[in-house]
Amino acid sequence: MFISARRLRDLGILGMNKRNVEYINRFNPRRLYPLVDNKLRTKLIAQKAGLPVPDLLHVVSAQYEIESIEPSLRELSEFVIKPAQGSGGKGILVILDQDDDGYTKSSGVKIGLLDVKRHLTNIISGLHSLGGRTDVAIIEALVRVNPLFEHISHEGVPDIRLIVFKGYPIMGMLRLATKASDGKANLHQGAIGVGLDIGSGRSLAAVQHDRRITHHPDTGVPLTDITVPYWTVLLRLAARCYEVTQLGYLGCDIVIDEHRGPLLLELNARPGLSIQIANDQGLLPRLNQIESIDEFAPSLDARVEYAMRHFAQYDPQQTTQPGGPKSRSARGEAST
Amino acid sequence: MTQRGPFLFSVALLFIAGAGTAWFRHVDLGIPLLPGAQQLVWQVEAQVEFSADGTVQAFLTLPPKQSGFRIVSESHPSPGYGFAVDRSGRQPRAHWTKRTALGNQMLFYKLDLVQDPDYEVAAEAPARVVPVPFDEPYRTAASQVLTALLPITADARSLAQQIILKINTVPLDQNMNLLLDRYRAQRLLSRLLMVAGIPARTVKVLPLEDGRRRQSLTDFLQVWHEGRWLLFDPNTGLVSNTDNLLLWQTDTPSVLEVIGGTRSRVTFSMISQTRSTMGLATGQEASSFSLYSLPIAEQGMFKLILLLPVGALVVVIMRLLVGIRTSGTFMPILIALTFLQTELVPGIISLVLVVSVGLMLRSYLSAMNLLLVARIATIVVIVIGIVSVFAVISYRLGLIAGQTITFFPMIILAWTIERMSILWEEEGPREVLIQGGGSLLVAVLAYVLMNQATVAHLAFNFPELHLCLLAAIMVIGRYTGYRLLELHRFGALDDNARGRREDVH
Repeated sequence: MFISARRLRDLGILGMNKRNVEYINRFNPRRLYPLVDNKLRTKLIAQKAGLPVPDLLHVVSAQYEIESIEPSLRELSEFVIKPAQGSGGKGILVILDQDDDGYTKSSGVKIGLLDVKRHLTNIISGLHSLGGRTDVAIIEALVRVNPLFEHISHEGVPDIRLIVFKGYPIMGMLRLATKASDGKANLHQGAIGVGLDIGSGRSLAAVQHDRRITHHPDTGVPLTDITVPYWTVLLRLAARCYEVTQLGYLGCDIVIDEHRGPLLLELNARPGLSIQIANDQGLLPRLNQIESIDEFAPSLDARVEYAMRHFAQYDPQQTTQPGGPKSRSARGEAST
Repeated sequence: MTQRGPFLFSVALLFIAGAGTAWFRHVDLGIPLLPGAQQLVWQVEAQVEFSADGTVQAFLTLPPKQSGFRIVSESHPSPGYGFAVDRSGRQPRAHWTKRTALGNQMLFYKLDLVQDPDYEVAAEAPARVVPVPFDEPYRTAASQVLTALLPITADARSLAQQIILKINTVPLDQNMNLLLDRYRAQRLLSRLLMVAGIPARTVKVLPLEDGRRRQSLTDFLQVWHEGRWLLFDPNTGLVSNTDNLLLWQTDTPSVLEVIGGTRSRVTFSMISQTRSTMGLATGQEASSFSLYSLPIAEQGMFKLILLLPVGALVVVIMRLLVGIRTSGTFMPILIALTFLQTELVPGIISLVLVVSVGLMLRSYLSAMNLLLVARIATIVVIVIGIVSVFAVISYRLGLIAGQTITFFPMIILAWTIERMSILWEEEGPREVLIQGGGSLLVAVLAYVLMNQATVAHLAFNFPELHLCLLAAIMVIGRYTGYRLLELHRFGALDDNARGRREDVH
């Protein structure tokens, strides 16, 4: 199952070393990292910039606040508790309902107030943060799955990862949790990545464990003809993150709420490389293309429009695009 | 980001500086590029410590001329002290003097020896034996021991051999028991032999082992046999291989004598080098700023420290070029260093044992909800517990290898267990195996490289070669190509692309 380095280069695949040296080191200044590594700071700066995010309900940063948390939890029927510095979906507790008996988790299991408190204690003592640093717990509003997605995902809310380079959204994928990934949306834990066409938000291909699949292994839903709603809004939201954070090479995780539409969930200064497998496309040609643009501070509209025009792949009528699209459209027609 | 040109220039400069200096030193000072056993040079350092209060004189017995070792040079870096070698007695003694000395004093005596099996020193025949008679009831016991042994022995050698055997046979017979109650074994041995009319003496010997620090002298027995002294270990008998045993004291009442000081003691550090004798002579002056000018104890440390960059290079290659994931960036180097002391197979076995038992116990800790620092501290205690239990068990089972388990860095082990356990909870056992196996693989590779005599020789004798290593690491640090394992990771793309081509045709 090896591929030659030459073929990989021909496909324009970005490798880990090149990503680190030529993109992260060059475009992401170290001092900006805390902004994205801490979800609370991301949320606050996003709110200041007017970007839609799941509502922040409470912040718990000290043990004494946990002791008196109950009255404030009482007012909420559903909420999510997450560590500000957790990564990879660690330490996220989703409460769907509460009554006198206790709190109902997303899995349907009921837990008591004591369990919630212990979870908060674990978070602030740094159980889920990198290197065990003390952390704060964020309590935020629950994101309601958009009905369009409801039947696809096994558990949890599907999110959309967009790679934004110098403010241009250049590649995207939809991440679906599976049984294997334990409800988490991390590709290396077994979640499904569905490559998305930047031009239209339509699905291109799907992978799990770095291998091609066509149907969701748990729900059996075909993954070939998904179209992500609010696509342009989503791209604009991701592209704006560049101005807000000043990070040149950025991964934006966006969820679509039933009522509020696209919401920024978190940002990543070291986005992974699997998105290339999900898209069956290397990042390098697009990165090079963006770098060669010689324009001073292009507007948000210009950037999104540029990306949608140049990186569109899904177009059954058009067969003359260089690279992969021609063959893909043939494949797309065959499978639909 | 620096431009490519200047970067490559500085890297090339580093490389040339390193390789050039090494070559120059090789040619000019005659330091061999490859380790050679024929010219093994031992540097031995005696460190005398005492606390002084006023006028001080210290006498340190110096090793006599002896077969097998040629003394090349000696030095005595002890500032503030007058120094002379007193050769009036049967054995030379170093003599330090100072009018007023207060507090803790430290004196050094350094000796360079060439190990040369062909070097012979004619042994001085001992004076006529004047046995010191035993008192009663020991006299009877001694004569009974000898009467029992004399008929079954032929000469001095076999008699000495038999007495040693007898002393070390458990249970002791009644006579030996009585004698050993009164006399120390070494002392008793020589006295018994003298009573039998055989010249024998207790000597102090320094076992030479590379890189050892703070060693003390060991008591041995010498027996005069057919015109030369034979060396006996009071526990095991005749010593056939005396190559690494340096005779230190034979004819003086004590090794160290301090007048005007208290709490005196002497310890020895040693290190072996493979320098040519010519280089040794000239290099001594030329290298006043080199590692050789450090005290021997520190040199021994540096022999190990200078191997670390080699391990670092292995880690850099395996992580950046191959793409192996390890638990903790440089943890494998520390493990490799430990393997150097424990030998590979016992090292791997004990490491895997400690970590897996630690992981098992750690899973119980998860349920207790401890804070991080307390959790790590708990694991440290647990690791020490496991190590002690293993050491005892392996000793009971007669496995010497189990003893070396103590060489593992406990804190590093604790962190490894903690990290692995978190990994287990978050990513599952597969990831633990991948990262654990990766760490072990990198550690073993680093060990294999660091264990090469040539590598160790070059790292210590040509420290400037580390500049070349640095250059290599820096070049790899700018490598932006694919990692070997990425070729596998992105392997799916090849199939897809191929499938796509077939679709089109």
